[in-house]
Amino acid sequence: MLTHLPALQVLIPLMAAPLCLFLRRPHLVWMFTLIVSGLAFLISVALLQQVMVSGPIIYEMGGWSGPWGIEYRIDRLSAFLSLIITAMSTVVLIAAQTSIDKEIPKNRQIYFYILFLFALTGLLGIVSTGDVFNVFVFLEISSLSTYALIALGKDRRALWAAYQYLIMGTIGATFILISIGLMYQMTGTLNMADLAVLLPEVAQTRTIFAAFAFFVVGVCLKLALFPLHLWLPNAYAYAPSIVTAFLAATATKVAVYLLIRFTYSIFGISFSFTTLPLQTLFVVLGLVGVFVASTAAVYQKNVKHVFAYSSVAQVGYMIVGFSIGTTAGLMATLLHLFNHALMKGALFLALGAVMYRIGSVQLSSFNGLGRQMPFTMAAIVAGGLSLIGVPLTVGFVSKWYLVMASIENGWWPVAVLILLGSLFAIVYVWRIIEAAYFKDPVAGKEPAKEAPLAFLIPIWLLVGANIYFGIDTRLSIQVAQAAAHSLLGISP
Amino acid sequence: MAFLVCVAIAIVRLKDLFAVAMLAGIYGLLSASLFVSMDAVDVAFTEASVGAGISTLLMLTTIAMTGRSEKTSGHKPLLALTVVCVTGALLIYATLDMPSYGDVNSAANLHVVQRYLNDSFMEIGVENIVTSVLASYRGFDTFGEVVVIFTAGIGVLALLSFSRREKDDSEIDSINESMHEEHLVVRIVSKILIPFILLFALYVQFHGDFGPGGGFQAGVIFAAAIILYAMLFGMSVARRVINQSFVQLFAAVGVLLYGGVGVVSMLSGGNFLDYNVLAADPVAGQHLGILLIELGVGIAVAMVVIIIFFNFASRIGFSSEGDKL
Repeated sequence: MLTHLPALQVLIPLMAAPLCLFLRRPHLVWMFTLIVSGLAFLISVALLQQVMVSGPIIYEMGGWSGPWGIEYRIDRLSAFLSLIITAMSTVVLIAAQTSIDKEIPKNRQIYFYILFLFALTGLLGIVSTGDVFNVFVFLEISSLSTYALIALGKDRRALWAAYQYLIMGTIGATFILISIGLMYQMTGTLNMADLAVLLPEVAQTRTIFAAFAFFVVGVCLKLALFPLHLWLPNAYAYAPSIVTAFLAATATKVAVYLLIRFTYSIFGISFSFTTLPLQTLFVVLGLVGVFVASTAAVYQKNVKHVFAYSSVAQVGYMIVGFSIGTTAGLMATLLHLFNHALMKGALFLALGAVMYRIGSVQLSSFNGLGRQMPFTMAAIVAGGLSLIGVPLTVGFVSKWYLVMASIENGWWPVAVLILLGSLFAIVYVWRIIEAAYFKDPVAGKEPAKEAPLAFLIPIWLLVGANIYFGIDTRLSIQVAQAAAHSLLGISP
Repeated sequence: MAFLVCVAIAIVRLKDLFAVAMLAGIYGLLSASLFVSMDAVDVAFTEASVGAGISTLLMLTTIAMTGRSEKTSGHKPLLALTVVCVTGALLIYATLDMPSYGDVNSAANLHVVQRYLNDSFMEIGVENIVTSVLASYRGFDTFGEVVVIFTAGIGVLALLSFSRREKDDSEIDSINESMHEEHLVVRIVSKILIPFILLFALYVQFHGDFGPGGGFQAGVIFAAAIILYAMLFGMSVARRVINQSFVQLFAAVGVLLYGGVGVVSMLSGGNFLDYNVLAADPVAGQHLGILLIELGVGIAVAMVVIIIFFNFASRIGFSSEGDKL
């Protein structure tokens, strides 16, 4: 059975999703989904261990070897990403039933879980596969289910937000498909490893240039890089709380993975950074994104919007790290992928708890919450500190490596700008703290109770992880470093 | 090609959504014939049934729900126009270095395709190479596509389904009744046609091994027959024939059948979707595997299309009721 693990990781949630229809009772389906996600998590842990010790694992779908068939190829990077995805989905699911009881009508809850499982499948499929067309297929599965999940939000504006995302996301996916088609035309293969061998021969043609351009634009739409981020804030703000927590922690990360995978493993780094002025472009866009999105975050009235804009800013940091192009820069990006998943997961789950108790996440309704929901608000403070990058949190670790990487590369101004960006984070996090702890609750309103345990357990699991990985960085750094090394072809 | 461009421009310019839907159907049919002339018969078949058939139907259903003419908006589409132009320019730029169409020596025709062309009959024993690539070599992609379709069905259910439907069936009935008397000829003709359509769907389903066809197309044709029935004889009658939750479960069965074949091959010692191990003789195993997964595809596709149509259509019932209130 062990040899089937790479396939099983994707197949278990995939097969479980239609099975949910037979269970019929939302609570039963919830338990089932949680178990499935937990299983996927265990598999990803096993896979990561195996990959760290013995190198990439290849699994041939249908017994046809690549490039004729489709192969799954789990290397350090994909194992790392699937660990993040499955861990976050499992933690988030603990709170799911409690949260959606208030946000989604009973008769639609089963569909929620089915779509959730499909979203999970899609994301896992993208990171595991070694075939570019298969990437597109799973991209479709994950995006389609994500659109529907967002549209399930209680607010009617969720429909509009989902529609916007659908249009932007479909354009992005189509661009990626065009790019894949062009690559196939020039090389005759869809297998990633095979492409990496064959592409250099035809690298100087206009077709491959166009393929690369289409891919970059398409994937930037998916990862919400400034100025293509406009779909993200509303989509995050109006989706059901659980969905926001899951997406914020995983979806953009997978897009970053795609970017890294295509530029480093398929097109090759020398091609990627020389054909287009990609390095300059990404550094500028990344930094502008950090500042524009952070400024926007400061002025938001809806706390979900605040953190959604902050997500756009964080994507900016990841892209800066990516475009430095050295092992250190790549490592900083990967670290930030992991760390950002931890903080945003905790923050959005805490917002879900607030939503559960108060029914609103407007900044004004946070007044006085510090005393009424002490544990939830403490979690938001901890998550916020991590977002700013205070020492002893994960946020500090990734900022530190990012700044070091840019200094190492001689990019002093970039390092300074990264630090300046953190100042904005202080401002928007402070506004929430101020409301929660220093303002009096609105008179005549019934004081809110502390969130139920179903929320507090996953929230504090994540907050604990935020602090643990902020102090004991061995695990995360070791894996990120190994992944970065193998991407750049350096043996550790 | 020229027709295609004309129709596309007409679609953009027209304000009457009904005409737009019709033209979109024509667009689908035209691209299907374009695919035929490029020798991609399987693609053409799919395009004809999906692009010209089902999607036009769904658009019409939506129009019945919302209203016929487009709201004119005041914004200037300059930015969009620039983006489209840049994209188009880039695409044309990309064609400059492409190998010419049908070039035997182009990279796409030399690499993996060689094995598909030369060895697939020996390895899989299916005459239609497209089927063997879809169902076996790249079977996992096809599985993914089925899941995409299933996801779409579930998404529609999640957004449009209502908990209590039966309540206002009687009212819809009366609306339907009045409609039926006007369509007597159509009703009788289609009553004769429907069995043939269903039969044709089955033929397409099982003929995929030899000629163009297979689960996707068969599923769509099958669903089209049911939808035709529902449109002419009223939703409530059709719903009495086809139970909603039954359809949902069957869609799941379709996906599970496909995946199940994969799991069985896993348990019999092969990799996921490795049909060779399903029977003593690898070629027979491949045959069995492809037959089963095509059946799974057909069931899932047909059921999902029915789900989507029924949920759209029951929305109409609700909105018309809302108008009366």
